[in-house]
Order: sequence, then structure tokens, then C-alpha cells
Amino acid sequence: MGESFRLRLKRDIRKNWILYVMILPVVIYYAVFAYAPLYGIQLAFKNYRIRDGIWGSPWIGFEHFVRFFKSYNFGLLMRNTIGISLYSLLAGFPIPIVFALMLNYVRNRFLKKSVQMVSYAPYFISTVVMCGMIVIFLHPDTGILNTLRGFFGLEALDFLSRPEWFKSIYVWTGVWQGMGFSSIIYIAALSGVDHQLHEAAIVDGASKLQRIFHIDLPSIRPTILMLLILQMGSIMSVGFEKVFLLQNTLNVQAASVISTYVYQVGLINNDYGYSTAIGLFNSVINMLLLVAANQICKRLTQESLF
Amino acid sequence: MKKNGMPVKILHSDRVFDAVNVLVMCVLLLIFVWPLWFVLIASFSAPSQVWLGNVVLLPKEFTTAAYEAVLDYGAIWVGYRNTIFYTAAGTVLNLVMTICAAYPLSRRDFMPRNVLMFLFMLTMYFSGGLIPTYLVVGKLHLLNTPWAMMIPGAVSIYNVIITRTYFVNNIPQSMHEAAKLDGANSFQFLLRVVLPLSKPVLAVIGLYYAVGHWNDFFSALIYINDKNLMPLQSFLRDLLMTNKMSLSNMQGLDAAASEAKLQLAQTLKYSAIIVSTVPVLCIYPFIQKYFVKGVMIGAVKE
Repeated sequence: MGESFRLRLKRDIRKNWILYVMILPVVIYYAVFAYAPLYGIQLAFKNYRIRDGIWGSPWIGFEHFVRFFKSYNFGLLMRNTIGISLYSLLAGFPIPIVFALMLNYVRNRFLKKSVQMVSYAPYFISTVVMCGMIVIFLHPDTGILNTLRGFFGLEALDFLSRPEWFKSIYVWTGVWQGMGFSSIIYIAALSGVDHQLHEAAIVDGASKLQRIFHIDLPSIRPTILMLLILQMGSIMSVGFEKVFLLQNTLNVQAASVISTYVYQVGLINNDYGYSTAIGLFNSVINMLLLVAANQICKRLTQESLF
Repeated sequence: MKKNGMPVKILHSDRVFDAVNVLVMCVLLLIFVWPLWFVLIASFSAPSQVWLGNVVLLPKEFTTAAYEAVLDYGAIWVGYRNTIFYTAAGTVLNLVMTICAAYPLSRRDFMPRNVLMFLFMLTMYFSGGLIPTYLVVGKLHLLNTPWAMMIPGAVSIYNVIITRTYFVNNIPQSMHEAAKLDGANSFQFLLRVVLPLSKPVLAVIGLYYAVGHWNDFFSALIYINDKNLMPLQSFLRDLLMTNKMSLSNMQGLDAAASEAKLQLAQTLKYSAIIVSTVPVLCIYPFIQKYFVKGVMIGAVKE
């Protein structure tokens, strides 16, 4: 068995050597940048000393984890991270679906194409520019939102310096930026719905709303579930850049999440072991959530990602 | 729906639905377009008019002062130069690596195909984390070099999957056999047949990679200290997210002059946004038509 495998491999290498040469740099890339860092995960259980290197530093067991769970930040970070994620999921997940369903029934082609095209555009704006625009539009003196508030006789608010507004700012600007792009996949799925179903429904006198609920939604259900599972797996990870950029001394209570803390502890305070431990804790939870969501979904609907 | 000749009564509820739908779409159109439009017109308006909130639909007191200010702001051009380099070189590297991964993996006669695919895809579900990755990049002496902006993200598995799926579905195995009979090796076949047939998918993933490089802020934050190597986004962050610019050089100015300076600093933000975002938004309409296709190929479950 082993012998024949080696022979077959040898023959394949001789025959397809070009393919092996081609894929070699990619294999090296993954080995170095995806698998080699796994070696560094042991830092989570070690007291890292630059002098001794990763291997030579002494083991300390779960000390970093205990320190994290006991720290005053733990509750705050978990609350913020999960809070922002759930809020994002509740707002950001259904809206692109509703948008795609509605767009599907726009009869004016020009309107349809225009809305579609401009809705993708914000996705391509960088996070830095996005945050710059948030600052501009929420400016206490000159931002449009405060101008509008003034119009209705309300006093101006410096939204970005108030912790209670942070989540909403984060989530709704995220919806603005992502909903068009996220809807593409549903639009694609909707275009695959059998026309005959719709024709039959029309003949039977079904209204458009009824067609949405009884034809469109069931047809795109597998797509919805697949994306939902994937989203569940990232409930514990709130993207670093946007939170980091919108963070300031006044809203930091609400604007610290696990990823910004990992950065803060690791690269600002140079506490490598502690930072690695928090990152590891986060990935493990994410992995568990993904597997759990997948299992639940499999149980309920026979649909699953893996 | 196609008309099938049968007179179908238009339901009252459908009329309401259509009206609401069109209304919602028009509001959405406004919500998507206006913020971008506002930044554009504000960048061409007199700072004092923007400050007073008079700029709503069209530029007021048209001026290019904000663009002149950007031209004078040297740092942004250093960033521009660096970002153009990172984007061009980085995207070429990305495309080469992605093709090098996707093509062998698309060949049914490539023996380690499934093992490698599995090992590559596994990386979607875990990562060493920030510090272990940082230490690897440091060990390779890439910190504070332009390479740190390109090499750690040289391949994205999502794009490999998209490209591979495209190759599998669009390049029939028989074509490869025919080329082999004509004496072409795999590499010649890839260059002369596969790649020319795969322009749509290469355009889509090329765009994804290029936009990723253009907008990349994180890599520089983590890996780069040297001001001369900073990309555009890092300078933009200084300009947009802090008020450093507006507060510097204000000594010795009277109230009116410093107010004008403050206002100009504010409009400088608008012109900086435009100058840095226009390249991306310019290529976007041309490639936009490939998006749906790209996403659809990517959505095919393995």
C-alpha cells in the first residue's frame, strides 16, 4: 500500500511536475503564514521573555486566562463584543434579504439598475474614509444630523462622545455600507426561482406579498440559512478597524471589544502572552459557536455547512 | 412575468405594494447617494458655507481651495505613491499566487488536489491570532518593509475557491487532453487557453484584491512604523480622525484668520476623501457587472 502510494506519487510528480512547481509557493505561503503562527499559540500558556524566545519561555498554565476572566475588563469586553455583534446581526442580516425581495419586484428597469448600482458603492469605501464620513455627518456643529435636530428644535448632540450611541452608530453605518453588497447573493438566488411558480400563483390570484412569503422566501431559504450559520460563527468577533478608528477617550467604555483589546494589550503594552491568550479564547469560542449553529441548523432543517 | 394573454386582475394590494416599493427604493437611492454627493459638493464649496450648513444639493460659492490645500499637503502624496505601489505590486502578486493555487487544484489528474484543498480551506476556520502572526512576520524580517504590506495577505482562500470553481466549470477536461495531444504542456495550456477564457473571474478577484490593498489600513498599523512607507489610509486617518491639522500653525493668527483656517481644515477632509476614493469608484462601474457572477461562483458549495 505504502509502496504503491509512493510509486503513484512519484509518477504523478514526474507527469505533473509543472503543477507541483506552480503550487509550491502557495504551499509555502500557507505553511508560513497560516500554520507556523499556530506554533506561537503556546505563548498563551507561557510567560514570554524575548531573551528566551517562544520555545524557551517558561510554562505558566492557564494563568493568562485566569487573569483575563478575573479582570475588570472581562465583563465589559464581553458585553460590548456580544452586544455589538447581536445588534449587527439583528439589523444587518434581515435588511439585505428584505432589500433583495423588494428590489426583485421593481418593474422599472432603470430604477432597479440604479438602486442596485449605487447600493454596492459604499462597500468599496475604506473603513478610514467611512469613519471620517461618520465624524463629518455627526459633527456637533456642522453635521447634517444635528442640523436636522436643530430643525426640529432639538439640541445638538455630540454622538461620538456618548457611549450610549456607539452601538447604533456602528451598526447602522455598517448597514448602509454593507446592505447592497450583501444583497447580491440573495438577488442571485432570487433570479433562479422558477418563473412557472410565479405564473401559477398569479393565475390563482395571489398578491405580491403572498408570492414573497410562499414562493420567494422558501426558495432562497437554503442561502439564508447558510449565511446565517456563517454569521453565527463570528458573533464573538467584531471587526477591529472600525471600532478602533471610532474609539475616543469619551466613548471608550462602549468602544472596546475583544479585538481592540488584543491589539492594545499585545502591540501597545507588549504583553504578548496575555494578548495571545485572549485571542485564543476568542477563536475557540467562535469555533464552538460555528459548530453549534451548524448542528442546530442540521437538526432543524437538514441544511448544513459541513 | 411574461404576459400569457390571460387577463389577470391587478389586485388592489399589489398596487399599494408597488407604490410603497417604488417609494422605498427612491428613499434608498437618496440614502445611498446623498452622503457621497454631499462630500463631493462640500469639497467644491466655500468652507464658510459648508460650516453654516448651506451646502445641501449643489456647491455654494464654488472654489477649489480645498483641492489646493490637499495639493500642498505633502504627506498625502507620499501615501498616494506608496499605496499605488502596494496596490499594483500586491495585486499582481495576489493574482499570480491565486492562479498558481487554483489551476492545479482544478485539475482532476493532480494527485494531492484534495489534501491541499482541505489544508488550505482549514485556514478559514482558525488563525494563530495577532501576536503569533506578528512574531512570524518579525522573524522573517518583514517588519517595517514594503513587503509586510503585500506578503502576509498574498492569497485569499475565498478567491482561490472562486477561481478554481470557475476553472472547473468553464474549462472542459477534454480541452486539456486535446492541448496535450498538440504537444502543449500544462503551463502553455494555462497561459494560452485557460487564462484568456477566465477574464471575468480574474477581473472580479483582481478588483477585490486591488480594493483590499487600496483600503488597507490594518497592515500598516501593525507592521509599519516608518512614515515614508505609510500608505494613503494611514495619512487619511491622521487627517480625518484627529484634529492635528487644524490646531497646528495657529499661533499668531487673529480670530478671523484662525476661524478661516479651521474651516479650511474641515473642507480639506472632504477633498481628501474625494481624492483618495475616486480611483476606486472610477473603476467600479466597469467591473460592477461581474460582481453578481463572482458572488454566484463563490456561493457554490464545495
